[in-house]
Amino acid sequence: MPGRRVSDEQLQELIEAAIFVSEKPLTKQVLKDTVLADIAVSNERLTRALDDLQQHYLTRGIRLVEVGSGYRFQACSSLSPWLSKLWQERAPKFSRAMLETLALIAYRQPITRGEIEQVRGVAVSSQIMKSLIEREWIKVVGHKEVPGKPALYATTKQFLDYFSIEGLDALPKLPDRQLEKLTNLIQDPSVRELSE
Amino acid sequence: MESALQQKLPLGFLHGQAVLEKPEDLYIPPDALEVILDTFEGPLDLLLYLIKRHKLDILELPILKITEQYVTYVEMMKELKLELAAEYLVMAALLAQIKSRLLLPVHEELQEEEDPRAELIRRLQDYEKFKNAAQSLDEMPRLERDIFVAQAYMDPSYEWAPALPETTLKELMLALGDVMARAKTFEHHHISKEALSTRERMSLILEKLGEANSTLPFIEFFEYEEGRSGVVVTFIAMLELVKESLISVIQATVGGVLYLTLKSE
Repeated sequence: MPGRRVSDEQLQELIEAAIFVSEKPLTKQVLKDTVLADIAVSNERLTRALDDLQQHYLTRGIRLVEVGSGYRFQACSSLSPWLSKLWQERAPKFSRAMLETLALIAYRQPITRGEIEQVRGVAVSSQIMKSLIEREWIKVVGHKEVPGKPALYATTKQFLDYFSIEGLDALPKLPDRQLEKLTNLIQDPSVRELSE
Repeated sequence: MESALQQKLPLGFLHGQAVLEKPEDLYIPPDALEVILDTFEGPLDLLLYLIKRHKLDILELPILKITEQYVTYVEMMKELKLELAAEYLVMAALLAQIKSRLLLPVHEELQEEEDPRAELIRRLQDYEKFKNAAQSLDEMPRLERDIFVAQAYMDPSYEWAPALPETTLKELMLALGDVMARAKTFEHHHISKEALSTRERMSLILEKLGEANSTLPFIEFFEYEEGRSGVVVTFIAMLELVKESLISVIQATVGGVLYLTLKSE
């Protein structure tokens, strides 16, 4: 029963420790359902506690950040060049084919494999789709109502977590340039003579 | 100079003829060709590369020139016996088709027709957009490479209290149902008419638990020979004891066997 009262300091300590020991990012709702289950905390107070924690860590080597699936602590990004020396192996490099496929799914989701191939002009290897699914960055969210009912792919919260963003709107904007020029070109028959 | 004396080796063969000179505007060291082919993500990527080499805008797609170079390139790859994805050949055909349409005189009645290059230009633009998006995605900070998650551990000396599932009344009733069913088979042996006292049964249960000094399975408290009414009295006695907080009913796992235990202070 939500009843126990705690001071602001106690609340911050509890939230801080919970996020630290949890293996996965924690959302406000999960915090309320678990560690705060028997403590009277309003949403406003919880948000304030998280804000205060965020403030508190601004002067330390750790930051409290919100990513796709909740809050987590991560090392201050300015320290990354030094921290990366803790690991012998270099971080995996992704092939262009994989990145282009992932970009198409991220920006054009839900999208079928055929639609990805249409834009890229080449077949998408099964290996790439498999590894994207295994890393839990993409998932099948449905099937398109066309012959063959191809699977529709979308990105996951784990994808957001991996790139440390809260939502897809935090991805770099796609340029929409040159569309007008193309329309002009199509409508102007004299341009035809342009090529040689 | 020794090299000047050597016979020039052909770079490759094009239409059955040895190619001794590198094609103009398309200089790629032959031994690098194989490597470079891998770097192209398909025909659109190759086309983009050729356009960029000429520092041209996609919109001014000089189809004749580009087609020529594209075909030269593809032929060279073929001659060098490099495995060529079918998509490259499809694109070559498409370029040839666009080229032939551009060479045809424009008919008055076909004025409305779209520039034959438009569709390809649109695809090139779309592809370029995602090629760049993939690059930006790669540059974004990411786990493993740029972001390191901070984690803390629980105090290892902390003892976890095993969270036992709550026993519901429904489960108690189901267990009783089993016992009742079993008791039914003994019913005809029931001859005693003496009233069974719930209070007495409560004491018996407590006594039994006290003697055992541990938990006992729920079904062990029933004497089937007493028949249904005996079972009911025992069950009511149990409920009384639970109500008075003298015993508790526990279950090790959800849906598992029910046990009775003395409530310790």
